[in-house]
Amino acid sequence: MSATEEKSAYVGAPVKRREDEPLLTGRGTYVDNMAPVGTVFMAVVRSPFAHARATSIDLTAAKAADGVVAAFSAADLQDDWKAAMPCAWPVTEEMKNPPHYPLTDVARYQGDGVAVVMAESRAQAKDAAELVDVDWEPLDAIADVSTALDDGVPLVHPDLGSNECYVWRLDTDATGETLEDADVVVSRRYYQPRLIPNAMEPRAVLAIPGATGDVTLYSTTQIPHILRVLVAATLGLHESKVRVVAPDVGGGFGSKLDVYAEELLALALCRRLGRPVKWVEERSENYVATIHGRDFVTEYTLAARKDGTITHCRARVTAAMGAYLQLVTPGIPLLGAWIYSGPYAIPNYSVEFTGVFTNTTPTDAYRGAGRPEATYVIERTMNDLADELGMDRLELRRKNFISEFPFTLASGLTVDSGDYHASLDKLLEVLDLDGLRAEQEKRRENGVEKQLGVGFSTYNEMCGLAPSRILGAIRYAAGGWDQATIRVHPTGSVQVVTGTSPHGQGHETAWSQIVADQLGCDIGEVEVLHGDTAVSSIGMDSYGSRSLPVGGVALCFAADKIIDKARELAAHELEVSSDDLEYADGSFTVKGSPDKERTIKALAFTAWSAHDLPDGMEPGLEATAVYDPPNFSWPAGAHAAVVEVDTETGDARLVRYVAVDDVGTVVNPLIVDGQVHGGITQGISTALYEEGTYDEDGNLQSANLITYLVPSAAELPSFELERTESKSPTNPLGVKGVGETGTIAAAPAVIGAVIDALSHLGVKDIQMPATPERVWRAIQEAKA
Amino acid sequence: MRRVALTVNGTAYELELEPRELLVYVLRDRLGLTGTNVGCDTSSCGSCTVLVDGLSAKSCTLLGVQVDGAEITTIEGLATNGELHPVQQAFHDNHALQCGYCTPGMVMAAVSLIEEGAATNEEAIREGLEGNLCRCTGYHNIVLAVKDAAAAMGSAS
Repeated sequence: MSATEEKSAYVGAPVKRREDEPLLTGRGTYVDNMAPVGTVFMAVVRSPFAHARATSIDLTAAKAADGVVAAFSAADLQDDWKAAMPCAWPVTEEMKNPPHYPLTDVARYQGDGVAVVMAESRAQAKDAAELVDVDWEPLDAIADVSTALDDGVPLVHPDLGSNECYVWRLDTDATGETLEDADVVVSRRYYQPRLIPNAMEPRAVLAIPGATGDVTLYSTTQIPHILRVLVAATLGLHESKVRVVAPDVGGGFGSKLDVYAEELLALALCRRLGRPVKWVEERSENYVATIHGRDFVTEYTLAARKDGTITHCRARVTAAMGAYLQLVTPGIPLLGAWIYSGPYAIPNYSVEFTGVFTNTTPTDAYRGAGRPEATYVIERTMNDLADELGMDRLELRRKNFISEFPFTLASGLTVDSGDYHASLDKLLEVLDLDGLRAEQEKRRENGVEKQLGVGFSTYNEMCGLAPSRILGAIRYAAGGWDQATIRVHPTGSVQVVTGTSPHGQGHETAWSQIVADQLGCDIGEVEVLHGDTAVSSIGMDSYGSRSLPVGGVALCFAADKIIDKARELAAHELEVSSDDLEYADGSFTVKGSPDKERTIKALAFTAWSAHDLPDGMEPGLEATAVYDPPNFSWPAGAHAAVVEVDTETGDARLVRYVAVDDVGTVVNPLIVDGQVHGGITQGISTALYEEGTYDEDGNLQSANLITYLVPSAAELPSFELERTESKSPTNPLGVKGVGETGTIAAAPAVIGAVIDALSHLGVKDIQMPATPERVWRAIQEAKA
Repeated sequence: MRRVALTVNGTAYELELEPRELLVYVLRDRLGLTGTNVGCDTSSCGSCTVLVDGLSAKSCTLLGVQVDGAEITTIEGLATNGELHPVQQAFHDNHALQCGYCTPGMVMAAVSLIEEGAATNEEAIREGLEGNLCRCTGYHNIVLAVKDAAAAMGSAS
């Protein structure tokens, strides 16, 4: 078979996913689908109080119940933990990180675990958990981030003397002008609602003891590799004795980027009992026991000259940590710390984050993590600044857009590439803004119930986590590289082992596209393995839109090594200098003598048989590359939302959503569009529907899918997507990452549209989410 | 315990069930049909949707003893002789699934919607799938897939 043109055209093609068929036919390998013979089921007894001391925990009745194998409280297991639960991101030297363990006898949030019950069946474990008799001494609780630092409020960790976790600052002063002296200064205060990630698959864990002191942990995790390191350290095991498997994982969005109590409990207890231990989260349990996102109060200020040149941006953020620090809890604000100037060239820059403890479920990474929070306050304030200046909102954006790349931001990082005007131009081509404004005007004049509004968001973001040296400089414990291994088997089929760990993103398909192009083979000949530390022993997993710009790029470097070795072997076999060979589409030919040819496929066989290798060449055709990106990658774009707001009921409905994104090279447009659809939906939902709320005693009020609105198809329109393409110059594929762009961009566009629909009534601000009640009240207050 | 007879994907079963056993756990734990997923405990998400006598039902909200005598179809029973059902095929063609967890329930709900003749246009499809949540796709491609499948099954408007 000769190399053909279409063979080198998998990247960029809408290749349908190879992951689909098992998932469509009920053959997914989700953790809850597994239960080896002898499995014991675990149920966790959780605190009903946000803050309370368990003065006694009586397990007698539970232990006596049908099918119960064992039951343990915190004190019973204390010697199992060689370290407290890990936080990998101590953002400052002074940061407070009070130790916490998988079980506790002082609950600091509703849902904190106090005991476990192990039984022969799921139902028996749950029944017996109800029989655990805990005497609770309730303590005062604080759930509200905005008052957690006030004098006299209850303390989450009384030993610390305050609810402050850390203060982190980044200031630059390029021009020497003070913010207050600017012609126009606009300051606004915003609240980012607490969000509950709601991956459709709740978490689940299955820990299986081995015969030689080893353990295998099946977990619904995004991070099997990082998890292995950290559970080994927490349990005092050698990593070589711990195998972590992430089988099919039903969504994550950051909520499965963590080390959870149940993972540690199942591992410790499978070793104690000598039996497999399984735990499956119920949805209502997921609401309290799996991390939340956001819950930031931000004061954001922009200062500008009369001509619209923005001179300063300043953010003062109070961020809820929850009751404890989970894996990267304190670092979440920092993931937005360098982009509080948005896609604009703003010379003077100041951000300050104050992390505070509250008696709530810990926060951690949720889609976008730090960047939606930044984009929201920037874009909302840009609208108000434009109004203050008497300028068109889009003109103000254009005037301040970064327009030359690479561009070093005031915050110190360098934006790799982009064309922000092009994205906005394309958005306006699709949107028909004039038509919308005319319709809006007509409805205003007619005073109809359903008013129309248009909102915009022009954004950039930094993803592709991340250059290891930068992570080190900001005190993150791990590196940001990733690894790929490519093996060309003797008959020419190709096995790829990746350190990324997909949970819906389609890496098996996309990675096959990349490798098939590089090695000039048929995509069907490429197999991709991932998510099992026994198969893919090294990796940094999937989060922060990093998989393609780091792990996907590592594939190219591994393929380069394969090609280099194959070239040497081909030169040897053809008795020419390797410089005389040309490589294309999986085949080496001698320059000027195209009939003299060796394919990679044929070379894989001779490399394996090893009968006639060049001196010093090792047999086999396999290569591993580890890629550490030199920079973050910088997607950007322009989004617009069109909403209809019922002025009688306050119901705001999204009627159109147009997204123009620049994510660099697109490997698979089907997958990229899917990521954008899902991403913008979570941003839209932040703006209109989702809000995790606690009462003043720290009881979670939005505690299930009935009281917390995850939107269905009926709440949403179809979306209009377009792209521009500025390849990233920092990697050979030119890719940037797309997992979070939509969520980062969408919320300010939607809220901007809701406010725009009501601006003629005098409405200037609406707190997210713009529920019918909030919208209705805003209208009434504006009327008053 | 109660004795229950039911047919699942064409196979007849007689089972001794505890009265409290939910249909979804009968399918998953008793019959080993783990294709039907559990996503919530409030019958909100629809991940566990199956067909009971041809109509979609949330199997986490039915007791096993309630379906005595019923014919159940789960996601495992949809493809025939290795050939995907038109709804499964349309989901694949339109990239209507990502993590796949909601997919079995979403597909079964769509099958029911189309067979009832209710998948007549985008709005009807969106309203018809209101009981099934997906966190990955934003529903855009699911709606396209259901439109395609409805056309393939000859019930489009």
